[in-house]
Amino acid sequence: MRSADTIETPKQRAWVRLRRSSSARTGSIVVFGFLLMAVFGHWLAPYAPDSRDATVAAPSGPSATHWLGVDANEKDVLSRVIYGSRLSLFAGLVSITFAVALGAPAGAVAGFFGGWAETIIMRTIDIALAFPSILIALLVATAYKPGWSAVIIAVGLINVPVFARQVRVTVLTLRNLDYVTASRALGASPLHILRRVILPGIVNPVVVLATMGLGAAILEVAGLSFLGVGGDPTEPEWGSMLAQAKDHLSSSVWPAVGPGVAISLAILGFNLLGDGLRDALDPRLGES
Amino acid sequence: MSGFLLRRLFHAVVTMVVAVSLIFIAMRLLPGNPLVAKFGQHPDAEQMQRIIHEQGWDQPILSQLGRFLHQLATTGDFGESISRSNENVSGELARRIPATIELTVVAMMLAIPLGVAAGITAAVWRNRWPDRLCMAGAMLGVSVPVFFLGICLRAVFTGMPIGFRLPAFIIDFEPITEFYLLDTLLQQRFDLFATACRHICLPALALSSIPMSIIARITRSSMLEVLGADFVRTGRAKGASSWRVVMRHALPNAAAPIVNIAGFQIGLLLSGAVLTETVFDWPGMGKYVVDAVRENDYVIVQAGAFVIAAIFVSANLTVDLLYLWLDPRVRTS
Repeated sequence: MRSADTIETPKQRAWVRLRRSSSARTGSIVVFGFLLMAVFGHWLAPYAPDSRDATVAAPSGPSATHWLGVDANEKDVLSRVIYGSRLSLFAGLVSITFAVALGAPAGAVAGFFGGWAETIIMRTIDIALAFPSILIALLVATAYKPGWSAVIIAVGLINVPVFARQVRVTVLTLRNLDYVTASRALGASPLHILRRVILPGIVNPVVVLATMGLGAAILEVAGLSFLGVGGDPTEPEWGSMLAQAKDHLSSSVWPAVGPGVAISLAILGFNLLGDGLRDALDPRLGES
Repeated sequence: MSGFLLRRLFHAVVTMVVAVSLIFIAMRLLPGNPLVAKFGQHPDAEQMQRIIHEQGWDQPILSQLGRFLHQLATTGDFGESISRSNENVSGELARRIPATIELTVVAMMLAIPLGVAAGITAAVWRNRWPDRLCMAGAMLGVSVPVFFLGICLRAVFTGMPIGFRLPAFIIDFEPITEFYLLDTLLQQRFDLFATACRHICLPALALSSIPMSIIARITRSSMLEVLGADFVRTGRAKGASSWRVVMRHALPNAAAPIVNIAGFQIGLLLSGAVLTETVFDWPGMGKYVVDAVRENDYVIVQAGAFVIAAIFVSANLTVDLLYLWLDPRVRTS
């Protein structure tokens, strides 16, 4: 049996905390479920996303043949929710990667070098934050060639400040720590310090933020496509399914339930996983 | 302190001018022609040229920007809409802004007390069922998208009115401030006040869910920190009731982060308002600006962007002032 004192490295301690955290467990189950749904959607879905069933009244509620009902275009809601998970997860993942790729270096430069670089970067972020994110996203998504790539870029852009701010704050704390001063005293170049000494310190907060950000990104993608900015509206996507269901609410609410619950569950899953990761990787963050 | 205030005021004005200028320039640099929305796919080239010249779009962008800022500073007029003929944007915004602000304020009036109450409950009964219940509710609240919650509310409360702030058939009511809840009270029309409340309650409830949950979570953690402090123990030791300890000793000391996050929520609320207005067909400016973005209507978008940035920046300023008032340490620094 492994005794408690063998758990020495921070990684091992974090892993133990992660396994003990009930929110991390629940979150990972939900997220894993959605991943399975996205990857094996074509096997799991009872119908093709575009196949119509003219034998049932549309829109209608759950039945033995259509578990989550049928939308106004006679398409099976469950199948479309399952296929829709691909686009939502993919769009969320790509836009958050984009936001990290832009935001983290910007925040690191601002925090590490300070001076005019910091002023320019932080003022730009202040200005970006002077608008509701959805307005910026709408502008970008409409102005650029309409489609999912525009939505992904828009959602990525509005998340850049989130990462830039967090990374800057973390770097500001790290750069005054003794081991950073020590490596500076040993003659390390700023780039070396940033890459080899500071970077490992910002990985954890970025991983936590990115996990929670994935939920937010899925929500923002769905929100934009709910507003009618997105790709082909006939494609299975949760936001556009909700928008269509809204127009037929007087006939049946059921076509809205499937995509709505799917978005909520996906966000809940990423939030729970993010909470668990935060508690495991950086307990101080949880306390603040 | 006055130096701090002046600095904040200066920052706010600069942020607004830069932000609006960026939107102005971006709208013109990006592809998409506003006249397509007006004329459809088969435009009359001569007429289009005339409008482009009239609007000054053939001028360099910076001189267009200068003219826009000058016109705004001197007359406060945003001009006429491109896609909707003869619609004065300032007039339309003057009708729509109060609708959005009213919706946002009512949502905040629901979110703050309920969120703070849930947070206090959770902190006082830490790790017991009230805590778990409130925090599970808060987790659910931040996870359910406002547009789905809106659809659910519409489906459950089918009898509630949708799409107007007051029924169209009411002709004996002249709004004074365009804030209908306030106007009906000022004119002592309590029947209309009740009707206006019925119209606003579902959209406001949907819009309040996310800020309420966030406020609850922040209140909980802020209260937990304070409840462990020495002065709270002293309060208990001198025999103050639990209620008094929580409400008079702990809560004011836990208030600063709550005010901060409540102010931060205003930006989120404005984003949420765009979606909520779409679900409930609420005649506010969120929906107006969204439609204008799709139609590439420069005039409405830049006017909307200016107003939104102004609301946002003034909300942040107010929060800073409240912060000064609440936290003496900030006052003296």
